[in-house]
Amino acid sequence: MSRVLRIFNISTGWLGELGRSTLFLLRILANLPRLFLKPRLVVEQIYSVGVLSLLIVVVAGLFVGMVLALSGYRALADFGAENALGTSVALVVVRELGPVITGLLFAGRAGSALAAEIGLMKATDQLAGMEMMAVDPIKRIIAPRFLAGLIAMPLLTSIFCVMAIGAGGGYFIGVDVLGVDAAAYWNGIQSNIEFSRDILNIFLKSGVFGAIITWVAVYQGYHAPPTSEGVSRATTNTVVIASLAILGANLMLTAVLFSGH
Amino acid sequence: MTEHNASCDSRTTAAAAPTGNLVEVRNLHFRLGTRTIYSGVDIDIARGRITAIMGPSGTGKTTLLRLISGQWRAKSGTVLFDGHNVAKLSQRRLFAERKRMGMLFQSGALLTDLSVYDNVAFPLREHTKLPEQLIRDIVLMKLEAVGLRGARDLAPAQLSGGMARRVALARAIALDPEMIMYDEPFAGQDPISMGVLLRLIRRLNDILGLTSIVVSHDVKETLGIADYVYVISDGEVVDHGTPDDIRHSASEWVQQFITASADGPVPFHYADTPYDADLLGEGRQ
Repeated sequence: MSRVLRIFNISTGWLGELGRSTLFLLRILANLPRLFLKPRLVVEQIYSVGVLSLLIVVVAGLFVGMVLALSGYRALADFGAENALGTSVALVVVRELGPVITGLLFAGRAGSALAAEIGLMKATDQLAGMEMMAVDPIKRIIAPRFLAGLIAMPLLTSIFCVMAIGAGGGYFIGVDVLGVDAAAYWNGIQSNIEFSRDILNIFLKSGVFGAIITWVAVYQGYHAPPTSEGVSRATTNTVVIASLAILGANLMLTAVLFSGH
Repeated sequence: MTEHNASCDSRTTAAAAPTGNLVEVRNLHFRLGTRTIYSGVDIDIARGRITAIMGPSGTGKTTLLRLISGQWRAKSGTVLFDGHNVAKLSQRRLFAERKRMGMLFQSGALLTDLSVYDNVAFPLREHTKLPEQLIRDIVLMKLEAVGLRGARDLAPAQLSGGMARRVALARAIALDPEMIMYDEPFAGQDPISMGVLLRLIRRLNDILGLTSIVVSHDVKETLGIADYVYVISDGEVVDHGTPDDIRHSASEWVQQFITASADGPVPFHYADTPYDADLLGEGRQ
């Protein structure tokens, strides 16, 4: 009986948390239109979560592209289908690995930083001080960071995909190192990647992932207990919850977007 | 306690009579989790005066400031700010009232990514459409008032604890509020910073015609500048009156508090079985 009660308590705890975080998200969304009056706040945050994440995304993109080309070439060469290397690398990157890996990196780099920053602002009374100055922290601090994440993730994912497929990544290994024909590499990509299905998929998936990551990060930071342990837990929770949520959301989105192919 | 409250009420009324009260707390009950913080307190903050709230650490002094400013809302009892029940205000109305209050946090609560200048300019930029030149004049005027005009380009991390509180004070008076709440302004200050803060609180209150609430457990400093004092313990007002009334309070508890005695109504030892019984193994294991 006590076990049933415990499961019930845990379930209601999770449901309560989901409800609170949804209400928090609605408060953020209600404040987004006002940001058009103060675009500088969003631009600063795009720099912080986007530009400062560039290095890790670019390097990861290059290495993922190279590994895909290397392993893909071996598999395709067995069937004499080396010329399909461009297609295989591009499809895997554009449809799955691009948004997912960028999302995981973004959660680790920008999500954790956001949670720690907001958690520390709370612990040092900066958020309470702002409220006492009649400034709503959701409007001034949280909403700009959420919107910045929403904008930065698709851009970072696009850069990741270009790096993985292009000159430094898959192309370098496939064409320059393994000797696949350059025209065949590009031609395969051109004829098999559709704008309406694959390119828009990058933006849709990464936009959803960006929203999930920043939502989790700002919620965890804003509700972190004002102690060093609380901030540390909020940072860890952000990376764990956001990463799992991205993987789950990716499965659902792939099932919906590519069910007919 | 009822008798005590009755005598206290007559003193409060007499003290507040000339100008009326800006804040009135009535029959306030408040719990934080399972812990009772307030169990029916009445407090009046008279306009134009410095009212001190004193009591040991963890007794709920800061909580009172959070309740007055509407950061937390009491389940039972009322907190009136200029006649408005703070707990019942919508966020828009509450923010409108907060523009009339300033609060000096114990940590200073300066925004760490902004310079001293931008911190003081922050409320002006958020709430007014003043041209930048005018904002500059106001910021310099406020920083001059706290003696830190020369520190305008420093980052909060470069300030000492006392300087950070003075910058926070300049920011708190940027919008010319009617009331300022000071949360433990003297905690951890060296004697020079302490003296500066004491003079600033008194001067700002008198020159700007502010109403001040000082929450503190520093007896000498607080009794030195306050016009009226409330002493709180265990969720109740133990005594209140002018600093002289408090110095000559008949309450043993108040006497222990202001004379810093180690033992008295508040025992030195945390409640437990007798020491000798514990040594003989008869206490809890």
